[in-house]
Amino acid sequence: MSRWEVKIAGFGGQGIILAGYLLGKAAAVYDRRHATMVQSYGPEARGSACASQVIIADEPIYYPYVTEPDVLIAMSQEAYMKFAAEVKPGGLLLIERDLVALDTGRSDFVRSGVRLHALSATKIAEELGHRIVANIVMLGFLCALAPIVSPSGMKEALRSSLPKSAIELNLLAFETGYERGLQVGYNLAGNPS
Amino acid sequence: MKRGPAVLTGVHFFNGDVACAEGALAAGCRFFAGYPITPATEIAERMAERLPEIGGTFIQMEDEIASLSAVLGASWAGVKAMTATSGPGFSLMMENLGFGYMTETPCVIVNVQRGGPSTGLPTLVGQGDMMQARWGSHGDYETIVLAPSSAQEMFDLTIAAFNLSEKYRLPVLLLSDAVIGHITERVVIPAEEEIPIVNRKKFAGPREAYLPYLPDEDLVPPMVAAGEGYRVYITGLTHDERGYPSTSPEVQERLVRRLVEKIRRNARDIIRMEERGVEDAEVVLVAYGISARVAYRAMELARAAGRRVGWLRLITVWPFPEERIRDLATRVRAFIVPELNLGQIVREVERCAAGRARTIPVLRPGGAVHDPREILAIIEETFHD
Repeated sequence: MSRWEVKIAGFGGQGIILAGYLLGKAAAVYDRRHATMVQSYGPEARGSACASQVIIADEPIYYPYVTEPDVLIAMSQEAYMKFAAEVKPGGLLLIERDLVALDTGRSDFVRSGVRLHALSATKIAEELGHRIVANIVMLGFLCALAPIVSPSGMKEALRSSLPKSAIELNLLAFETGYERGLQVGYNLAGNPS
Repeated sequence: MKRGPAVLTGVHFFNGDVACAEGALAAGCRFFAGYPITPATEIAERMAERLPEIGGTFIQMEDEIASLSAVLGASWAGVKAMTATSGPGFSLMMENLGFGYMTETPCVIVNVQRGGPSTGLPTLVGQGDMMQARWGSHGDYETIVLAPSSAQEMFDLTIAAFNLSEKYRLPVLLLSDAVIGHITERVVIPAEEEIPIVNRKKFAGPREAYLPYLPDEDLVPPMVAAGEGYRVYITGLTHDERGYPSTSPEVQERLVRRLVEKIRRNARDIIRMEERGVEDAEVVLVAYGISARVAYRAMELARAAGRRVGWLRLITVWPFPEERIRDLATRVRAFIVPELNLGQIVREVERCAAGRARTIPVLRPGGAVHDPREILAIIEETFHD
């Protein structure tokens, strides 16, 4: 039995909602667990603050909002400033290294016991061929660090959700992020709480 | 044109709007007319993609008045039909909605509620149309309103809405909300043969014997489709069994009483609800839609603190489950009713409780759902009184 609450935040155009959708789909359809995803975004298509909240559990999920995330993926400074303090002790805080400055001038930001990892996901994505897959690099990174969904489930979710022409690059992005996660050298076994 | 199956049997990760569209197709809906509006747009989008694949018709209309007109017309042509909108479009539909009740036209109208009044909060949640759904069109009528609480129920209750509309011959409303329309969750679609489908009673006797508004014992008249050879006469004016307009008070009495009674008499068949922990409860939370899921968390928190709190989720909002609330009122201390409006369904609970139990509203005018702790605080107060 484990329950994961994940928040993915950044700005419109970074594939924040898609990342939440893929994570939830991997859990619900391929790992056969319960999953909910709710999203929030501004009226603009690009550039405004954007977040998706995913809960994955073995039992039905009633309240679909994340209050104390086990995992936060912050893809922008604003997302980091807004949500980093919420992450549960023992939880994971993954940041886009090149878009988030950790030196915020505040010391109360991240609760003690939170494991923080930075990855230049956008730069890695650009090297692979297109910055648009930065979100998938991050998902790969996450999957290596925490047993939220199975990597095979994630890959199935990618294959069944994306246009044919995009699948290869996205799988490569996932694998690359996953490798980088394995290099960190540990995996949160089970729920950190 | 590629051909796809009408029923997408399997496990999916759908948002509520997409699940609603798939439920409609599984129920046999083959006509959709609508006008896009947040947060219901994905229903139209999905129908526009899927209906042509399976031999159905999708029309984007000039507005919501025309949308419901087209849906009523399609139903009289013998096709199961649906439209979907949000508050502003729902307001425009009120006249045609009454026409649908008066002419006993089966169809389904989906309202994915957002914050109002007027154009209000296009992208944010509300539950402010619950009374409009009951009373929004003029004159006396009864309606059926279902309130889904999950993407799965957006699928299941859309099928139920079609079945009820076909059985009782009336427009049935699915009142969802922006959170449930956009929440993405596991949706399990069963095999086609496992989905119960109800089709309208058809008249099969000789043409000269056909009286379009002569009811059977269940108060529902059998229907024909335009073009089958029977005389079809459809009017919003008070009409007799032949369908002819009449200004007689007796005809009015007979017709309008029947429109109301065909629902009231069958309330037990129509009403559905879900309960948890009500058996030993001192306080019962009554809620629907997304608010029911938030209330559930509040109940869990209260139970963890040793409070005997129950949860009653309305699946059918109209007809209102009067009997159940009356019965519970004799043995609980209080009902707590969280909803995303400034006091609508709570009035019904209060009416049925009739002073035998307290009725406590927890209200927000939409824009965001409650914090479960806000409901918990109200629960705690009732135990300290």
